[in-house]
Amino acid sequence: MRVLVCIKRVPETGARITLRPDARALDTSLLGFTISPHEECAVEEALRLVEAHGGSTTVLTLGPDAAVEQLQNAMAMGIESAILLETDGDEWSAEATASSIVDAVRAQGEPFDLVLFGNEAADSGDYQVGVRVAHELGLPCVTGIKGIEVADGRLTARREAGGGWEIFEVALPTVVTVKEGINLPRYPSLPGRLRAKKTQIERLTPEPRGSGLELIRLVVPVEDETEVEVLGTGADAAPRVVTVLRELGLVAS
Amino acid sequence: MILCVVDADPLSLEALTFARRLGDDVEAIVFDGADVDGYVARAHRVGLDEYAPEAWAHAIIDLEPDVVVAAGTDRGHEVLAHAAARLGVALAANCVDASVDRDTLLLTRQRWGGSLLEEARLAGSPKLLPMAPHAGGAAPPGAPAEVEELEPSITDEHLRVRVVRREEPTAGAIRLDTARVVVGGGRGVGSKEGFEELEELADLLGGAVGGSRVVTNLGWRPHADQVGQTGARIAPELYIACGVSGAIQHIVGCKAARRILAINKDRNAPIVQRADWAVIGDLHEIVPAIVAELKRAS
Repeated sequence: MRVLVCIKRVPETGARITLRPDARALDTSLLGFTISPHEECAVEEALRLVEAHGGSTTVLTLGPDAAVEQLQNAMAMGIESAILLETDGDEWSAEATASSIVDAVRAQGEPFDLVLFGNEAADSGDYQVGVRVAHELGLPCVTGIKGIEVADGRLTARREAGGGWEIFEVALPTVVTVKEGINLPRYPSLPGRLRAKKTQIERLTPEPRGSGLELIRLVVPVEDETEVEVLGTGADAAPRVVTVLRELGLVAS
Repeated sequence: MILCVVDADPLSLEALTFARRLGDDVEAIVFDGADVDGYVARAHRVGLDEYAPEAWAHAIIDLEPDVVVAAGTDRGHEVLAHAAARLGVALAANCVDASVDRDTLLLTRQRWGGSLLEEARLAGSPKLLPMAPHAGGAAPPGAPAEVEELEPSITDEHLRVRVVRREEPTAGAIRLDTARVVVGGGRGVGSKEGFEELEELADLLGGAVGGSRVVTNLGWRPHADQVGQTGARIAPELYIACGVSGAIQHIVGCKAARRILAINKDRNAPIVQRADWAVIGDLHEIVPAIVAELKRAS
């Protein structure tokens, strides 16, 4: 089966978030970048499915030229080919991102059997690009998935719900958005890194489109100041901890 | 009309409260037979056998609302994303606040799991607003609602994605996201076996055990136990954080906790700065001592 994985390049935020002076984006000048966590699991899942069932894997991202780094990381894990939808680096809306992905998918000669996304990107948390792509392609979409099995042209997907699981079944081709926990992603291999560097990346330049959601500014939330009370040091603090637990009504007094 | 999507998830009550802050003309569309008495005067009940996101979206669109509010859950986001895709309108996920400004809405939504906020303007109609989890309290009920049975014209196409079966949670298991007490462990716990002490403390307090992302990535705990941006958002009365440093990705998962007790070797760890109470030292001495003290006291 032919599997496409869509990923996003996101900054690795440190202990606190710093904004650009115009408050429209993060100041990333001192930050490294990574594949958004849910999407890294989507890459791993694509590899496992193709290892089990045969087929091909392609990774796609929409972002600046620097996002080649994330495409190469995915290829170093084992993905065969990569597509960059190149932008000038500004953030694109979910609608524009989805339409551009749809155009790129249609431009590929052969259709994909499975298109994987992360459930939501770590930075924007938009929760919708996969669903929009599925609608435009006329495909079903299951989201928030932490387990996939494929057999006889059908896909069974598991989603955590209320401490248990709800199970969906759809026919291929389909779109699936996955969550961290579906697997533990492998590390890129050295031969994989070398191969990734040599692999030609397909580049497309999509046109930006407007959105009904217009960013005004970003705000780092003010944390509630809590005055921490140190109950003590080491095991000797246990009686005071139990007093606190009792005051909170968490143990019978 | 402001329409609020309600199902059996308790976060639906937060969505109803949020919807009522936006205006007076609030109605509910009710799935899973949830009870909305006191929150709205008018409700539309949809009888569907199983969860099917496109069918839910279709039923919502059929009512031609101006604004739709849904809970900060997988379902709330998924259903409104389908509605947005079908109607070709924007969707403002993870909303924490909104107010009407003529034809647009001014809103605040969470990014980075809540460690960053975005102020934005939402145009178009309907305006689709899934909330961030734990973004507002639930108001007390008032008068009973007038309930109308709704029969949307659901087709097979709307049901192509639906829950075909479910696996129920283990009987008696305490859920991380609804537990009154959560005992969380981080890298400082040191090993899979190290969590046995945390389990014992959680058992004595009737709570659940959670872990940081490091802990689930190392395989010390299953991923379902992760507290954080890529795991569970918890809201207990007390979160006891043992050997957790407090990276922002973890903090966004536990910031809805009413109180935090940090047990940590490092007095300057970020989690200690965020805590109400702290005990400084080796958690493998402190946690067993608390367990012993609790047993002696009972």
